[in-house]
This record gives sequence, C-alpha cells and structure tokens, in this order.
Amino acid sequence: MDALHARISANPAFHALQAKRSRLAWTLCAGVLAAYYGFILMIAYAADTFRQPVHEGAVITLGVAWGAVVIVLSVGLTGIYVWRANREFDRLNARILEEAHRESHR
Amino acid sequence: MSPTARFAGLVALPTPAAAVNAAEHGQRLNPVAVGMFMAFVAVTLAVTFWAARRTRTSRDFFAAGGQISGFQNGLAIAGDFMSAATFLGVTALIFDFGFDGLIYAVGGIAGWPLVLFLLSERLKNLGKFTFADAVSMRLASTPLRTLAAIGSLFAVVLYLIGQMVGAGKLIEILFGLEYETAVVTIGVLMVLYVSFGGMIATTWVQIIKATILLAGGSVLSWLVMQRFGFSFDALLREATLQHPRGTDMLQPGIMTHDALSTLSLGTTLILGTAGLPHILMRFFTVPNAVEARRSVFFATGFIGYFYLLIFVLGFGAIALVTREAGYFDAATDKLIGGGNLAAIHLSHAVGGDVFLGFISAVCFATILAVVSGLTLSGASAISHDLYTNVFRPQASEQEAVRVSKIAALCLGALAVMLGLVFEEQNVAYMVLLAFSIGASVNFPLLFFAMYWKDFTTRGALLGGILGLTVAVGGILFGPTVWVDLLGHESPLFPWKYPALFALAASVTGSVLGSLSDRGLRATRERAGFAAQYVRSQTGLGAEGAVNH
Repeated sequence: MDALHARISANPAFHALQAKRSRLAWTLCAGVLAAYYGFILMIAYAADTFRQPVHEGAVITLGVAWGAVVIVLSVGLTGIYVWRANREFDRLNARILEEAHRESHR
Repeated sequence: MSPTARFAGLVALPTPAAAVNAAEHGQRLNPVAVGMFMAFVAVTLAVTFWAARRTRTSRDFFAAGGQISGFQNGLAIAGDFMSAATFLGVTALIFDFGFDGLIYAVGGIAGWPLVLFLLSERLKNLGKFTFADAVSMRLASTPLRTLAAIGSLFAVVLYLIGQMVGAGKLIEILFGLEYETAVVTIGVLMVLYVSFGGMIATTWVQIIKATILLAGGSVLSWLVMQRFGFSFDALLREATLQHPRGTDMLQPGIMTHDALSTLSLGTTLILGTAGLPHILMRFFTVPNAVEARRSVFFATGFIGYFYLLIFVLGFGAIALVTREAGYFDAATDKLIGGGNLAAIHLSHAVGGDVFLGFISAVCFATILAVVSGLTLSGASAISHDLYTNVFRPQASEQEAVRVSKIAALCLGALAVMLGLVFEEQNVAYMVLLAFSIGASVNFPLLFFAMYWKDFTTRGALLGGILGLTVAVGGILFGPTVWVDLLGHESPLFPWKYPALFALAASVTGSVLGSLSDRGLRATRERAGFAAQYVRSQTGLGAEGAVNH
C-alpha cells in the first residue's frame, strides 16, 4: 500500500464515511430483496392469497399490484441512494482525498 | 411453448411453416417499416462514421474515452438491457400465461438497485475496460482474467445466438426477408458499428434505439389505455373475459410448477442482470463513480417505466388481440407468426398498418442494438482480457484495438454461422444459460473480489469453475435440453432453472477454496485488500481520475 492509501486508511473520517455509506446501501438492498423475494415466495407458497383482488369488486389482484410496487420501489430506492450520495457522501469523500493529498505535500 | 423460449427472444415460435402461413395471410412488406428501418440504418451508420474519426486510443475504443454522461449512459444501459425479448417476449409470456409472465418483468428490474448499491461505483473505481479488471486487481491476473473472459464469452455467445435466431425469424415474418438474408444483414451491420465505431458508436446506437423503443412503447400503451378509459382495472377485466383460462390466468405459479423452480427463476433474473458482461462494461464509459451512479439511476428509471408499460401491453394484447379472428391462423387457431408477435398484432389492432410498420422497425432496431453491445463486449474480453493481459502483455494500444476489431469480425461471423446452424432449433435455453452464468459465475466473482478480504485466487477459480459447471451441466442435462431437445425420457437434472444450485456451488467453492488457501500468494492477496478497498471507495488512482 502506498503512503497515500495508508494515510486514508488511517483517517477515522474515511471509516466513518464507509460505515455510513454501507449502512445505507445494505438497508436499501434489504428493502429491495425483501420486496422482490416476497413477491417470488408468495408465488411459490401463497399463490391463492396473491390471486385475491386488491379490494372488493376490483379485478386487479394483490399479485399484480405487488409486482408493480416492486418496480416502483426499485426506482424509488435507487433515487434515495443517489440523492443521499450526491448530497452527502461525495462531499465527505472529496474532503478525505484532499486531506490526504495535503498531508503528502507537507 | 415453454416460457423460457418466449423470453429468450422470439425464438422457436415462428416455425418455417408458420412463416409461410404468415406470408400467405398478407404479412406483406410494410413500406413504413422498411422506410423507418432504412432511416435508422442510415443514421446509425452516419454516427459510426463520425465515431470512427473520434476513436484514436484504446480508451476511446473500449470505453468511449470515458466521456459519456450519466444520463446518456443510463439511456444506453436501458438500450442494452431492453431487448426484443423484453418487449415481445415478456408481452408474449403474459399473453399466454397471464400473471406468471409478470415474473420476468419484475425480475428484470429488481437486479438494478443491487447493481447500484453494491457494484457500480466500486466497479468504476477499480476497472478500466471490463469487469475482469476489477476481479483481477489484487488476485493472480492470468488465471482470473482467463476465467472471467470465459464467463463473459460464454454469456455473450449464448445470448448472441439466442438473439440472432430470434431476430432472423422475426424479420423473416415482419419484413418478408429470407431468414439467411436477415441473419447476414444483422451480422454485417453489427460488425460495422463495433469495429469502426467502437464504444462511441455502440453507445449512440443504444441511445437512439432506447429512445425510439421508449417512444414506441409509450404510444402503444397510451393507445391501449385509451380503449379502456385509462383504467387498468377495466383493461384487466376485459382481459379476463377474453383469455381462454378466464380469471384463472391471474393464478400465480402455473408456469413454474413448483416452489423451488420459482425461487431459482427469481434468482436467475435478479442476479443474472447484475452479471451480464455487456452491461457491466458500460460503467467504464463514464468519467467517474459519480456519473456511474447516476447512470444506474436513469437506467433503472427507464427500464422500470418500460416494464410498467409491458403490464399494459401484455394484458392489452389479451384483451384486444384475442377477440380478432383475423390475427389467428384459421387452420391451427394459433396466433399468426407465433405467440411472440402478440405485441405486433396489438400495434395493428390499435394503430393500423402505419403503426404496425413503426413498431416493426422499432423491433428491428432493438435487436440490432443489443447484438452490437454483445459483440463489443465479447471483443473486449478477447482483446483486453485475453490478448493484452494474458498472451501478449507487451502489446501496444493500437495492437489491442486492432485485435478487438478482428475479434468483432470473428464473433460476427461466428454468430451468423451459428444463427444459420441453429435456425430450426429451439435456442431459448441459450439465453437462459447466459443469465444463469451471469448469476452464478460473474456476479459472485465480482462480489467476493470487492467485498471479501480473504478471497483468494484459489477460491475464485474453484468457485468460478464449479458455478460454470453446474450452470452448463444443469441446462444440458435438465428438462430443456436433455428432454425437450434431445428427446430423452426424463432429465438427469430435474430442475429447469439451475441458477440457484449453480450459485450455491459457486459460493461454496469460493469460500472453501479461499479459506484453505494458505500459500504465500494468498497472504499477499489478502494484504492487497486494504489498498484496493481505499481505491474502490474513494476513486484514488482510478482509471481516468485526475491525479493531484
């Protein structure tokens, strides 16, 4: 590992950023996986429930509605990640890189 | 017709007999279709010419100089991913199976958030032109690049054959061209785009195609919804009245039979998306990790929107195509031109001949763009991974570009040849296999290399080889090939979708191989993780990054 990498690795701000970023990424991941595998498992094990209409008198079933929700949720969660990353992570990252470079010029 | 066949791309259904029938039933040359397609070819060739003059370095050729914006790349990714299999195949699945067809639409989108949260930024920070760059960063380059290139080439060639055969059949019916002429035309055009225009031309072909596909799909859905006063519930009600199985078509799980198969298919779709080499390669066309991230956001938005349209088109086809006797062959009572043409007939039902021509041309453009992306990705695996990094490390940039042009030509020739050989075959399993390899070889390799500090070369090789073996063996000895294609009594491998098993094999191999690896090299590889981690997170030292 060269000096620059080592310096970043030793910077607590770097680890704080990573912890924050991966917490968000894994939380959102869990959200998508839960919605998607929920959809798949319902088809596999609870098909009759999925067959029920969303409300009395409707033709749209729970299954069709959940499918559409997984799609919308996927787009929405990517949006949340990008928004947080643009607003927060990039700034922190730039600061960490800048500090490391400044120290190496000292 | 098996559902995988439909998904695979239009394959299989239009048998030659059906095509003849179609011709007799007046699927004559549609002037709008031909005119629009000619315009598409003219524009894309002009773009290729323009791109060729801008392609000087290997970075231009493989990664469009890293100059594509996040928005443009998002559209291009959507273009790469939304194949004719998505548009026609998934619509056809819903047309046949009702609810179960939606599994492919939902599975096709759910992989994208994972790509964003887990892969895209790190991949961009670590790699140069292909995902093998990121995998081999701290591990032994020669064996791992070879493995990754094999994984890529397997996926690319299989996917390419599936698209070629499907496209040939489709164009035979839509444009009245002979199958051979259609396959050769596609082959020639895709080689021209890729070898002259490289990634710059391929990107713009994808952008143009994605735009017209999204526009065509939107107009078609709008026309369908208009028939039902823009009420999806009313549309669905009419569909249940028209479908031969009535409201039973909304019963889930008919297509996949058992729970394990449903789960394995679900896994194939979500992780397969995250392991397709031609998609992963697109993250190197943007300048930095920030743009890579934005690319996925836009791509997910476009693809998600398109899959919602597919809900409308699939059930719309049931509602509006089923009741028109004119779309069915009087003798066999089958849809003229095969079930994959449900979306095409739908366009005629709501928009007449002119709109039918427009949608046909959109399909042709879609096929052409997807095969170009695949060819470029295969050529990069041969040239960048195998030639310049394994066989001739001293090769110059010019040499690398030359080799990939030759590779593109060879891949094109191979695709045309195999397209002709497999004309009469059901090649659906090839696309399924491509996705399975993506899910069980490419994705775990990349994931472990980036996330697990103790991952070593031995683990990667063991896991990759096991995953590949189970995926390929599972398809060959499974119901699709062993029984349906080769005519044996019962399959040696009972499940149709091997991805879940292949993934388990791959993960087990990777973990056991890595943990048992106590050599000097393994120690060095584990020590290399820290620096790789910093680079993957901060972009320090990343390809194309500005060094202070």
